[in-house]
Amino acid sequence: MAVINWFRKHVIAIVAGLIFFFLLVPNFVVIWMSFNKPSGKYNVKWEKFSFDAWKNPLDDGILHDPLMLSLEIALLATLVATVLGTMIAFAIVRHSFKGRGFVNSVLFLPMAAPEIVMGTTLLALFLNTFGVSFLGFKSILIAHIMFCVSYVVITVKSRLNGMDPMLEKAAQDLYATPWQTFWRVTFPLVAPGIGAAALLSFALSFDDFIITEMTAGNSVTFPYWIWNAVQKGIPPQVNVIGSLMLIITLAGIAIAEVPKWLKTSKAR
Amino acid sequence: MSAPALADEAAEALADGTTVAELRADKRVRRRRATLPYVLLAPGIIWLVVFFIVPMWSIVSTSVETGDMDTGFVLSWRWANFGDVWSQWHQQIIRSLEYSLMCTVFCLILALPLAYFIAFKAGRWKNLLMALVVAPFFTSYLIRTLAWKTILADDGWVVHAMNTLHITPLLSGMGWTYSDNSVLQTPFSVVCGMVYNFLPFTVLPIYTAMEKIDPRLHEAGQDLYASAWATFRKVTFPLALPGIVGGTLLTFIPAVGDYTNAVMLGGPKTKVIGTVIEQQMIGTGGNIPYGAALSVLLMVGTLVITLAYIKRAGTEEIV
Repeated sequence: MAVINWFRKHVIAIVAGLIFFFLLVPNFVVIWMSFNKPSGKYNVKWEKFSFDAWKNPLDDGILHDPLMLSLEIALLATLVATVLGTMIAFAIVRHSFKGRGFVNSVLFLPMAAPEIVMGTTLLALFLNTFGVSFLGFKSILIAHIMFCVSYVVITVKSRLNGMDPMLEKAAQDLYATPWQTFWRVTFPLVAPGIGAAALLSFALSFDDFIITEMTAGNSVTFPYWIWNAVQKGIPPQVNVIGSLMLIITLAGIAIAEVPKWLKTSKAR
Repeated sequence: MSAPALADEAAEALADGTTVAELRADKRVRRRRATLPYVLLAPGIIWLVVFFIVPMWSIVSTSVETGDMDTGFVLSWRWANFGDVWSQWHQQIIRSLEYSLMCTVFCLILALPLAYFIAFKAGRWKNLLMALVVAPFFTSYLIRTLAWKTILADDGWVVHAMNTLHITPLLSGMGWTYSDNSVLQTPFSVVCGMVYNFLPFTVLPIYTAMEKIDPRLHEAGQDLYASAWATFRKVTFPLALPGIVGGTLLTFIPAVGDYTNAVMLGGPKTKVIGTVIEQQMIGTGGNIPYGAALSVLLMVGTLVITLAYIKRAGTEEIV
């Protein structure tokens, strides 16, 4: 009876735990298989432990170009999308203007549209106006900025909405000019939201495959390289890079969350 | 400025207890404030209009072209392209709808308890657990999808366990897999990969909606002798409904067009419409107008669903 009661009380926690297991297990498999030494070209079955892939993460330079292209595009797309999206978020939260419904729809639709549709529509535009030679770095960058903007807007918007407007009023009461108020009060308060938006943009851009495949022409980004290599066999080096990405992210989350967490645990 | 207008201005200044000069300065500031939002909006919105809305027209015009890869395609307004693609690929279109519908249902079944647990039971671990929900995103999703090939391999422990529990014959009996001791290259493995990849998109909006619910409402439900299940059904569920609708929308629509799971975890029998579009648009020997026509069908279908949703729930809640 005690067991049944315990189970009833914790059933939701057990279910949530199982779902977390489902969500996280592939990440562990990715890390685990990065230490594999496959005898053939396919790194699907566990065979032998080895540090080989970690000692040579770029697979003798094969991964260098796709990785660099992805990083370059992700950095530029993040920069532009974060600026454009932050401006829109300020307009939406702090100002009244005509056409709010239109602006909201234009921002929402790219998040709801299937990626393949965004990819093919852009490809049609580029082919019709510029021709095949345009496809490559420029077309991928344009596409990535386009789909990142909406995510920046929602992230910065939620931070702005959570801010106390009294702080800015106080600054103005203390005779700060609008410019001073913005750079000394508003911006530092919104900065974490902008940082989170930039991180999200970077991840979305770096990881994008479908839209990139449609607009890439002959350029090959990191995800596109993986896609092409699936049939030929993926080297464990790809798992090494995947593991490194996860470790860097988790370290970032830890740096952001642990101090806050320690503060609240002390307060209790 | 005409004399009556000047008189009006003076009267206004008098009423406000200021001078005409101050009133004018004030109006200048207000006018600048009125143009500021448009200045802030313009670059981003123009970018989205040029590279998201305008291309919709490009794809429609491409979809009614004729020709081939060697001689090029010309706009001939051949609407029959749509009849052609439907008769040739309706099987893949229906299959994509089936897979994404199943994916959405399973995602919802998993997302509700997970979002509920994080929003109401996790306490100060809340942010950390939400970070864990999105953390997998930071390893390339193609690599993570490939990991399912290892997990669901014929001689892996998952398939062994499913054999022991007699789940595999059940699945093949339902037509979700094709043999009793293998699950890869089947609708089951494809939908499994899709659920895995889209689950965070279902969880996030539901969690956001649930987090706003005052926990005292649950206590009130319990005080009124409602069971935990009744409280969920009558209090939590209706209040979380906007998030549930948003989450299922953000799962179903991207899922319809997805082909990465179908290609990586599926086989020849799981070909979906995304793969057909990919092959027609950029494959060798593809027919771009056919690919465009299929994209238009997909675009119109998802646009109708999304607009119907926006009309019902409004965009402010999600955007």
